[in-house]
Amino acid sequence: MDVFGVESLIQMIELRGLEKSFGSIQALFGLDLSIPRGCLYGLLGPNGAGKTSTIRIITTLLAPDSGSVVVNGVDALKEPCIVRNQLGYVAQEVAIDKILTGRELLELQADLYHLSQSKKIERITFMIQRLDMDSWIDRRCGTYSGGMRRRLDLAAGLLHEPELLVLDEPTVGLDLESRKIVWELLRELKSKGITILLSSHYLEEIEIMADRMAILDRGRVIAEGTPDQLKDELGGDHVTLRVREFSDEKESMQVRDVLDNIDGVKQIVVNRSQGFSLNLVVEGETVLPKLREELTKADFPIFALSQSRPSLDDVYLQATGMTLMDAELAIAGQRDSKLEAKKGMR
Amino acid sequence: MTSQITGQFDSVTARSQWIEISQETLALTRRLFIQLVRRPSTLIAGILQPLIWLLLFGALFSKAPEGLIPGGTSYGSFLGAGVIVFTAFSGALNAGLPVMFDREFGFLNRLLVAPLRSRSSIIFSSVIYMTSISLIQSFAIMVTAALIGYGWPGLSGLSIVIVTLLLLVFSVTALSLGLAFTLPGHIELIAVIFVANLPLLFASTALAPLSFMPIWLGWLASLNPLTFAIEPIRAAYSGPLDLNAVLINAPYGAVNGYGCLSVLMALSFGLFFLISPMLNRKLA
Repeated sequence: MDVFGVESLIQMIELRGLEKSFGSIQALFGLDLSIPRGCLYGLLGPNGAGKTSTIRIITTLLAPDSGSVVVNGVDALKEPCIVRNQLGYVAQEVAIDKILTGRELLELQADLYHLSQSKKIERITFMIQRLDMDSWIDRRCGTYSGGMRRRLDLAAGLLHEPELLVLDEPTVGLDLESRKIVWELLRELKSKGITILLSSHYLEEIEIMADRMAILDRGRVIAEGTPDQLKDELGGDHVTLRVREFSDEKESMQVRDVLDNIDGVKQIVVNRSQGFSLNLVVEGETVLPKLREELTKADFPIFALSQSRPSLDDVYLQATGMTLMDAELAIAGQRDSKLEAKKGMR
Repeated sequence: MTSQITGQFDSVTARSQWIEISQETLALTRRLFIQLVRRPSTLIAGILQPLIWLLLFGALFSKAPEGLIPGGTSYGSFLGAGVIVFTAFSGALNAGLPVMFDREFGFLNRLLVAPLRSRSSIIFSSVIYMTSISLIQSFAIMVTAALIGYGWPGLSGLSIVIVTLLLLVFSVTALSLGLAFTLPGHIELIAVIFVANLPLLFASTALAPLSFMPIWLGWLASLNPLTFAIEPIRAAYSGPLDLNAVLINAPYGAVNGYGCLSVLMALSFGLFFLISPMLNRKLA
């Protein structure tokens, strides 16, 4: 079964040179990704970054134009059925049959994964108890809230005890309580050695949950590592400076020139989408007073100045020149919902 | 010895493969029947509409002069076969709708991400479901027609009715499933169903014999697959069935009962062979 050597013993998923286009729109540009076994791996990126296309390729729902996909040592493009047996998939859009009850949907799922009658009953009973679905599992799915649907979808994805669980934005639109239930379950699964691939555009979710992560932007991996590694690579604290509530570009550039030569300032990015504020990466505790001093000398006011540990948003900002939220907003107007719905249809 | 063991292993594998295909197909068919039981309106409408046709058209032409219909049968008896075929045809034409909704709502992806032994299970379940529904609806029409005095086909006739309906339902279901995977959405599929339904009924011998029709319509009706289903059923209702007897005096020549069934069989196989590669591609 393992035809890809030692690497496939270490990695649960190996993606190499994935390219995918939908008509004239290229979604993936030679994407490479290695996901270690037993790891909770976060895939972070704004909408349209290529997360869902990557996940659909891993789950065999979509064929790449080129590249290779190896899941648990099996070539997913040549042996998709073996791969399907080994993974559980929780899609972004919860696809449930509103007419069936939750239990009937789980029974259908069990039959599609060829569970024996006794195993079917055992697993369904276990999942109902584990995800606290007792009180509503025999109601029709059409009456469920978003959180209930997501829990049911998770139960369906885990029914056949997969070695790999793939979740595409599983907490979008969920209330805090439902999110906590999902997060608790994922932690428990990870402790049992199940590999989890979790895509999200919630920074805090990836920051809290992921052992390792990749940041995707425009169909490419632009950063990869543990969340702490990625933040540490920024090499210092993060400072946000606003000389006025709303500056213009010219003034921000002048401020940048003033601050550029101060010792301890490693990087300055003018954040256009945040009223031309300045995002600095600084090293050492003494930099902030120096900043104040130089700004006063140059006769610039200070509207706001704060120092913090770098976040994943800073990592994204450094790699792309914009925050994740700005990237979301920038792409929001360009997205074609009809084309995306079509992409999801077979 | 080795070949014996290999042979046994192969037969066990083949058996387990069939067991798994059956498990998938039964589960998917069960889902469709649960939907039907909880949302029976389509089944009821599918029985009521042809019943209304039968009652209203039957009443409309109840005072038609004797001998109007060739063979001297009453218009009600003549109409019965047409309505039975129309019921089965309309039902089968709708077979693609549940699949289309599954495509649109993403439920099909849930099925496709599962390690199905054969993705044809998705098609088999639709065919089993639609065939059962069409037979139930047709049987309801036949019982009603019998109760209002339009006759009953008898045992051998009944078997011809069932065979004819099965062949028609298989071919139309294949066509509908093909459309469900080809067209972009349910609006387009409903439009095709809407456009195909009534013209195919009127351009057949369901409501009037060929001899009533202008030449061009007679040609159309003689080529219409519904006619090849209607005439054997009509013959089954008319008395002892002889499949060697000429059932359609088409402009291009006479067609007997065997000819009618052969055309339906060719249509069934032809459509399945035509649509299979496309379905395989879509479900690959």
